[in-house]
Amino acid sequence: MRLSELANPSRFNALAERVLPWLVVATVLTFALGLYQALFVAPDDYQQGATVKIMFIHVPSAWLGMLGWALMSAAALGTLVWRHPLADVAMKTAAPIGAAFTLICLVTGALWGRPTWGTYWVWDARLTSVLVLFLMYLGVIALWRTVEDPSRAARAAAVLTLVGAVNLPIIKFSVDWWNTLHQPASVFRVGGSTIDASLLMPLLIMAIAFTLLFFTLHLAAMRNEIMRRRVRTLLMMQADAAGGR
Amino acid sequence: MTALAALLRRDMRLAVRVGGGALMGVLFFLIVVAMVPFALGPDLALLARTGPAILWLGALLASLLTLDRLFAADHEDGSLDLILMGHAPLELAVAAKALAHWLTTGLPLVVAGPLLGLFLNLAPASIGAVALTLLVGTPALTCIGLVGAALAVPLRRGGLLVPVLVLPLTIPVLIFGVAASNAAVTGPVPFGTPFTVLVALTLFAVVLGPFAAAAALRHGLD
Repeated sequence: MRLSELANPSRFNALAERVLPWLVVATVLTFALGLYQALFVAPDDYQQGATVKIMFIHVPSAWLGMLGWALMSAAALGTLVWRHPLADVAMKTAAPIGAAFTLICLVTGALWGRPTWGTYWVWDARLTSVLVLFLMYLGVIALWRTVEDPSRAARAAAVLTLVGAVNLPIIKFSVDWWNTLHQPASVFRVGGSTIDASLLMPLLIMAIAFTLLFFTLHLAAMRNEIMRRRVRTLLMMQADAAGGR
Repeated sequence: MTALAALLRRDMRLAVRVGGGALMGVLFFLIVVAMVPFALGPDLALLARTGPAILWLGALLASLLTLDRLFAADHEDGSLDLILMGHAPLELAVAAKALAHWLTTGLPLVVAGPLLGLFLNLAPASIGAVALTLLVGTPALTCIGLVGAALAVPLRRGGLLVPVLVLPLTIPVLIFGVAASNAAVTGPVPFGTPFTVLVALTLFAVVLGPFAAAAALRHGLD
């Protein structure tokens, strides 16, 4: 099946109906395995104790927060260049999901930071760039909610998403520069490569589970959005017919 | 070229006449900076230390103040349609409007900066550094804000949306503007390091801004 055939919303919805149950089952199974591994198999950290388990939620959420914007940018290209009708829908529905994962990342990070660093928040480079990402998600969602006409909102949001995609690396770079000038990097000693295998394995399974969850939610949200648009069109046609009489 | 010059002249004339917002930005800047000592207390040492940051934040907010009407007013009276249909490339027309906006809003902020620096007990070197960074950095603020202003055109209400969309994108300019101002006085890095990055950010925004704004206008109006 070619991508252009999916442009037909009915065909896309039919495919989504077929794929969604499998995705849900895969998500639940991976989560069951991942959570079991994370909660019962993975050992406590010798310094952090049980709080290390927050990492199994925190790190996948951070990764999905960034994936969400990448997905939106790809969809934005689809909207502006090819005027693909499903790209609008994909872009719109990815924003709240990405924002939710970014928020989960921030909240779990704060909960982990309180016992470990002794504070909920520090103006560290990484924390700050995730916060900015969250703010930009909120901006995009606000833009979607301000323009009534969906296709016009899609093009405005696409421009903003692409400008944001170009700017996010610059913001990340500036925030890194800003932070390293002020405080030593000794706070973040836990690098990805220094994690022990007993913790890394559950983390990878959880990352796969969260990614599956993301795509399940996204596919379901896209299907709902297509139906919502259909309802909107029907209502407008109805109002049109009533007015014409 | 004459079309662009005419557009530039028209926008500047509109900005300085009744109903234009040319000096509103400076007035807002003055008021914001005057409010800060009431909040922080009249400690001159503290004000001197935080002065560059206060001036930069004030200038950032003031330059956003008049932005949301930049294209919306033209859209209402129909002149935006004429600009879109004209022979001059939309990107250049948008850039001309940005230049007019900077000359009437950004440049007065740069001029007012040193005067307000005296209120905040800044050292002469610090005042010079702030003025120089504002001169270099405010075009970036205008060009980034341009995208937000273009996005706001099809909105019927959304005056507050523009700052919400634009402010996160201005974080790098703020960081390097304040860092360069501080570096001139206290160090530890030489003034040139953050300053050249600020120049780079401005050049980048001047190129990217008009293209993104033109794309937003084209897609928002058809």
